[in-house]
Amino acid sequence: MSIERTERRQAAGLAAPALLWTLAFFLLPFGAMVWMSLGHMEGRTVVPGPGPETYARIFSDPSLFRGIFVSLEITATVTVLSVALAWPLAWIIATRVPARWRRLALLLAVLPFWTSYVVRSYSWALVLGEKGVIMNALTGLGLLAEPVQIMATRTATVIGFTHFFVMLLTLTIYSNLVQLSPNYARAAEDLGASRWQVIRLVILPLTLPGVMTGAFLTFVLCIGDYITPQILGGNNELSLPQLIMLQLGRRGDFPMASALSVVLMAIVTLAYAASARWLKMDRV
Amino acid sequence: MTIRMHKFCLAALGGLMTTTSLQAADLNALIWCDHADAALLEPFEKAHDVRVNVKEYEGTAAGLTLLDQSRPGDWDVMVIDSVDVARAAEAGYLAPLPADSVDTSTTFPEVALTDAMTVDGQLYGVTEKFGYNTIAYNKAAVDPADMESLGALWSGKYDGRIAIYDYYLPVLGLVGLAEGVDTADLDAAALGTLRDPLMKLRAASRQVSDVVGSQTALATGEVDILIGGGEWLTAVLHAENPDLDWTLPKEGGLVWAQAVAMVEGTEQPELALEFIKYILSPEGQARLATSSCYWGMPANKEAGAVLSDEEKAVLRWDDQAEYLSRAQLYPVPDADTDLAMQDLWTDMLQN
Repeated sequence: MSIERTERRQAAGLAAPALLWTLAFFLLPFGAMVWMSLGHMEGRTVVPGPGPETYARIFSDPSLFRGIFVSLEITATVTVLSVALAWPLAWIIATRVPARWRRLALLLAVLPFWTSYVVRSYSWALVLGEKGVIMNALTGLGLLAEPVQIMATRTATVIGFTHFFVMLLTLTIYSNLVQLSPNYARAAEDLGASRWQVIRLVILPLTLPGVMTGAFLTFVLCIGDYITPQILGGNNELSLPQLIMLQLGRRGDFPMASALSVVLMAIVTLAYAASARWLKMDRV
Repeated sequence: MTIRMHKFCLAALGGLMTTTSLQAADLNALIWCDHADAALLEPFEKAHDVRVNVKEYEGTAAGLTLLDQSRPGDWDVMVIDSVDVARAAEAGYLAPLPADSVDTSTTFPEVALTDAMTVDGQLYGVTEKFGYNTIAYNKAAVDPADMESLGALWSGKYDGRIAIYDYYLPVLGLVGLAEGVDTADLDAAALGTLRDPLMKLRAASRQVSDVVGSQTALATGEVDILIGGGEWLTAVLHAENPDLDWTLPKEGGLVWAQAVAMVEGTEQPELALEFIKYILSPEGQARLATSSCYWGMPANKEAGAVLSDEEKAVLRWDDQAEYLSRAQLYPVPDADTDLAMQDLWTDMLQN
């Protein structure tokens, strides 16, 4: 009994720093943010809540409400595209690249991570511009008569995001793929499965934890990102983080910024709940 | 063990004292990005052995809200639109400057706005820099004659080649000028007449962008015209592309004037005043005028002796009298009109 109590105390002692850290740097600030979101502005003064005014405005003001859908549409597109591009890349590196070159191949795949995120976004602005590399090549080759606008559109935002998240997903899927025993594929082939059937019915389902973990991280990072849509989107539509920054930087509306942040967090929580059964961090 | 504890306590006390003394030697400034330039701040920091901590903000409403959220003494000085100094002072955000502590006799009279910055006989701010929100363009890509009228932006000729500077006050002011509404008359009622032309301008434009985004778009040829732009945007690009130019159209443009002021509740008014004096000195003015974030005319004419001929040419030093006679001051909306303007702006961005 005494040993048990001692062990319990030791466990509590060991967990205490992490719990205190979470309390101080997550729960308390989050509580403060939720409390702020329940207030509202009167002129330039924050009127403390609790009250539903600020949340009611989000759902009654079309400019604010649309931000939720803009963010969801961009994030869903980026997540699907990133998975579609990253899985074959990870599979090629894991199974087709000779072992001695794999490290180099992975290094090359994640090389863009080494540059600043802001610089990379501005680089895309130059690449995607009307006089950028892509349009110059397409018009030079005669494939396009006139340059088309990509920069300052949602397409530019999606390209910028996808470039970044393909690298992240490649890593999570690759680490999942290399843990798979080659015997699964051999057994399936012995039983008459074609190469395509092996990939589709055996390998792909077994990499679901890696795919879902990477997809969830992509979803969370993408939906909360301010820089890429701000630089590449040309302010032609506003995502949730852009609307939050607008409230903070220009209107000084802290309750609205907090309420939009709570909505953002609720969306992330729902995404987690929907994908939790597949999220196995220890597998990636 | 006791000795070790004593040493530890002494070291902690020493550390605390050092920290306290460092904090006492800090000047906290709520600023616009041009004041974040190390070339501007370092001479003051060295001369007074202080560190200037800066926090950038955009728009008076946001600045005043930041002050609302802060404790008295958190901020010592702030940069603010000259036209907003009086209302900020009346609301208790600013401290009066000691009588005769700053000399404004050499300030360009059109932007000195001393009366507008005086409340109950006390001066609360001093204009430090000014410039224009008007039309910036690439003269190699558009007809400069077209740029002499704001109407060209709605003519259809330049659809898809226009960028809008992402700041609601000057752009709504310019849309107002195009509609024949003076900035001084831009109230909630007049705002209703601007919605349609604003949305048409939005439809004709390629993007709405901040300073860096606008500069990038003009420099790369992504757009050829920026409404809301001026010397503050093209000057830093002049060396790379002399075709980037700006003009005041026949309808006029907006003159922006920024002031430096002391924040109410500062615990070091002498140091704050020294900073203000430094900014207004010819040397400080020349550095501020050519700040890496954006250029603008120094409010103090004596800075002309410090600026090079080339810098003055880029700033159009010799044309100021003519420009100032045609430009209008920023709109000064009340709190409700300001929010209505921002709602209209957000609506324009999102739809």
